[in-house]
Amino acid sequence: MNLTHMLSLVIWLPIVGGALVSLTGAGRANTARWLALGIAILTFVVSIPLYTGYDAASGTMQFIESYIWIAAIAANYHLGADGISIALILLTTFTTVLVILGAWDSVHDKVNQYLAAFLILEGLMIGVFAAMDALLFYVFFEGMLIPMFIIIGIWGGPRRVYATLKFFLYTFFGSIFMLVALIYLYLHANSWEMADMAKLPLSASVQAWLFFAFLAGFAIKVPMWPVHTWLPDAHVEAPTGGSVILAAIMLKIGGYGFIRFSLPIVPDASQEYAWVVIAMSLIAVIYIGFVALVQEDMKKLIAYSSVAHMGFVTLGLFISLALVRHGGNNQAAYLGVSGAMVQMISHGFISGAMFASVGVIYDRMHTRMIKDYGGVVNTMPWFAAFWVLFSMANCGLPGTSGFVGEFMVILASFQMNPWVSAAAAFTLIIGAAYTLWLVKRVIFGEVANDHVAHLTDINPRETLMLSAFAAAVLLFGVWPAPLTHLMDASIKQIVDHLLVVKAI
Amino acid sequence: MNTPMSFNLHDVVLMLPETFLLGAICAILLIDLFLKPAQRAITHWLSLAAVLGTIVLIAVDAEPAATAFNGMYIHDGIAAVLRIFVLGTTGTVFVYARGYLQDRGLHIGEFYLLSLFATLGAMVLVSAGSLVTVYLGLELLTLSTYALVAINRDSALSSEAAMKYFVLGALASGMLLYGMSMIYGATGTLDLKQIQAAAIFASGDVQQHQALLAFGLVFLVVGIGFKFGVAPFHMWIPDVYQGAPTAVTLFIGTTLKIAAFGMAYRLLEGGLSGMVGHWREMLAVLAVASLVIGNIVAIAQTNLKRMLAYSTISHMGFLLMGLLNGTPTGYAAAMFYAIAYAITASVAFGGILLLARSGFEAEDIDDFKGLNQRNPWYALVMLLAMASLAGVPPLFGFFAKLLVLKAALDAGMLWVVIVAIVMAIVGAYYYLRVIKVMYFDVAEDKSALVLPRDLPFRWLLSLNGAALLVLGLFWGPLIAWCYRAFGLS
Repeated sequence: MNLTHMLSLVIWLPIVGGALVSLTGAGRANTARWLALGIAILTFVVSIPLYTGYDAASGTMQFIESYIWIAAIAANYHLGADGISIALILLTTFTTVLVILGAWDSVHDKVNQYLAAFLILEGLMIGVFAAMDALLFYVFFEGMLIPMFIIIGIWGGPRRVYATLKFFLYTFFGSIFMLVALIYLYLHANSWEMADMAKLPLSASVQAWLFFAFLAGFAIKVPMWPVHTWLPDAHVEAPTGGSVILAAIMLKIGGYGFIRFSLPIVPDASQEYAWVVIAMSLIAVIYIGFVALVQEDMKKLIAYSSVAHMGFVTLGLFISLALVRHGGNNQAAYLGVSGAMVQMISHGFISGAMFASVGVIYDRMHTRMIKDYGGVVNTMPWFAAFWVLFSMANCGLPGTSGFVGEFMVILASFQMNPWVSAAAAFTLIIGAAYTLWLVKRVIFGEVANDHVAHLTDINPRETLMLSAFAAAVLLFGVWPAPLTHLMDASIKQIVDHLLVVKAI
Repeated sequence: MNTPMSFNLHDVVLMLPETFLLGAICAILLIDLFLKPAQRAITHWLSLAAVLGTIVLIAVDAEPAATAFNGMYIHDGIAAVLRIFVLGTTGTVFVYARGYLQDRGLHIGEFYLLSLFATLGAMVLVSAGSLVTVYLGLELLTLSTYALVAINRDSALSSEAAMKYFVLGALASGMLLYGMSMIYGATGTLDLKQIQAAAIFASGDVQQHQALLAFGLVFLVVGIGFKFGVAPFHMWIPDVYQGAPTAVTLFIGTTLKIAAFGMAYRLLEGGLSGMVGHWREMLAVLAVASLVIGNIVAIAQTNLKRMLAYSTISHMGFLLMGLLNGTPTGYAAAMFYAIAYAITASVAFGGILLLARSGFEAEDIDDFKGLNQRNPWYALVMLLAMASLAGVPPLFGFFAKLLVLKAALDAGMLWVVIVAIVMAIVGAYYYLRVIKVMYFDVAEDKSALVLPRDLPFRWLLSLNGAALLVLGLFWGPLIAWCYRAFGLS
């Protein structure tokens, strides 16, 4: 089977499909739904050969496509994917199918535009994970903003305009500094290739500037404390599908950016300032955990829990840097990066599932306030079962995917400093506290009011959607091997590269 | 001049596009006299034909780069690109403006004739090889534009705008002329090539006339700043943009920007490239002032035309960032920026014209409320225009910004770049606000938009909007063309 143009196909199929869906017109909602679902499933199916056809043993970039894009400035349409990219691409194609399924009955206004926006967004996100040319990466990275801006702004909650402007401007703010860093690198490397930028020798002070420019771009995207404040607003106001995509995939782009830009291009500065990132991550893990505890809005609670969990990703990445650079402890460093990656994928499923579940009850009750709920298990037993499962995964219970990544990161951080590890492990307690308390207040107890008493349990479509999430959460919890096997060699290469001192 | 004036027929061949356009203008002027108001369409089509014919003449021109009339007129690739886009934007203005003018009883032959004269002036300006030609082209361009702004003579707002434009424009021309006289005094020549040689000499070992040249340069930069409308010489822009009929604003916002780039290039690079160290700093200050004033004041605007006026000021600040690089790459970036801005702005003003056709003057941002409900396609076209102005990839405007940022960074102007990107974020806010109004707000009048039956206008606007995306994805040929014009591979 010829897989040369696989990545282009996976990128452009949903984008072109999205344009088609938007052309179906506002009147024929069902046509738009079926067409969008068809395209999303087709994209998922088309993305499977990326997994099966990938030679995981070598860990190099594969499915390479390279064409001259703009000869005048040496920019290329250069795509490629390694294990890390493929894992994230599959997460994207998988989640998008479920998002479209989830929007079936909950969106009635301008359905064609809603679904088109998600499909176009899907294509752009895959583009981010597949780009090997920095300019192309940036174009996809920024291009995502417009569809998401519109999704939150049109179909969002009461304060959607505030939330979506905040989302756009925060992200734009960070990424434009990254753009200046990329232009600087281009002027010195005479190439937009990320690989060439990684080879470019840079003085320590230049690296420091570039490091902070990248940090501005990716820390806002992740988001890390203290630039996380756009996330709760965006999550609360976004429609269910928007929240799912935001939590499951868009946040991962920040982590992915650290792996592709900060670590290889400015390794020395990353090492020097790793303490900044580690400190920010620990604050996210502990402080944001406490903030989550006091939330009264379910979506806000899950949003803060996302910030805390993403703290583990950045922690894992920069802990490993410190490990390699200080003691040459490659094995532990490798564990840290692997943990970060597993955490990213797992958090994609778990947070996506949590937001999808909130969407299910929100469609029925039209409120997200925890106090409006109580005793949901009495009227929606099946739903309650799923909710409890996802909550357990969210607190990192062994046997769910949430455990694997966090455990690996904690294990790695122990080898750097037991205190860091102790602080990180604290999340297992605080995470359990806010998640289980949420379960207690929403699911268990007496039926709180008439509205809850009249709830109907999930329908087959919702069951299908939640089951798919549940299957993924359990599968990677008990058997993460397919995932780690896929990413193993690629992560090794990244860790090995960290040993290279670039400063001149 | 040392050599006696000689007339060479080949000179006329080099100037064939201008000669053709002048002939066409004279013919249209005569024909228009005999047309009844109902037959005005003939003037419209003839003017379009004249513009297209001139474009064809430039496109098929295979003459190598040369000068004509003793160096007064330069025939090179840069002039070819600039003239084609000057004419192209003028043609677009004609198509967009026709119905708008008809609805308001302004569809008169003078609109076309003045626009064509202004275009001719712009063509002479961008091909200028001497200070005299610069001034000649500039005055033909601006005098015609003053009259165009006042074309709706019964409107107090338009007349006021025209008066302001005229007084300030005349002042700017005076400054420019004064600067030219000093440069003439310092170098003893009006020919830009000879000035270039002399200016390099003066900034080298021999210090004579250094002060005079520097003074002249300052006045030239002031004049150029006025024509670009960069801060602090931007005072006329908001009033003129708002007061002029939208069709004329479109002309000022597109054609004139390309011409202004041509003028700046001819004077600064063609004449005073030896003083780049001086004018680079001046342009940097102007760029920063424009970026800050344009973007911050634009936030407070409720009138879309006025908002776009302040946005123009900031965009010209970006354009200057390309110029201050002072190398062919930088000039190519600035030229690309001027072209990209003109193409994007014509979509934005085209959108205003489209809504204005539905019976009211759609000037306030609130008039665009709920456009997505009323007509999703033109809402998308406006969205593309706004996102392109804000510089969001993959739209055309982003790549123009990328190139000028690169040029400024290459020139070592990191502080200008930092100001520019911070201001780009501020700018994103007010462009997003227009998108917000179109997409997130509920229309007061939910009925579908009644579109004018003017198919050329609607098709061209759609095409123009789609071009923002297509040129964003495939801008290679255009930048390659700009690079070639400046002798880069």
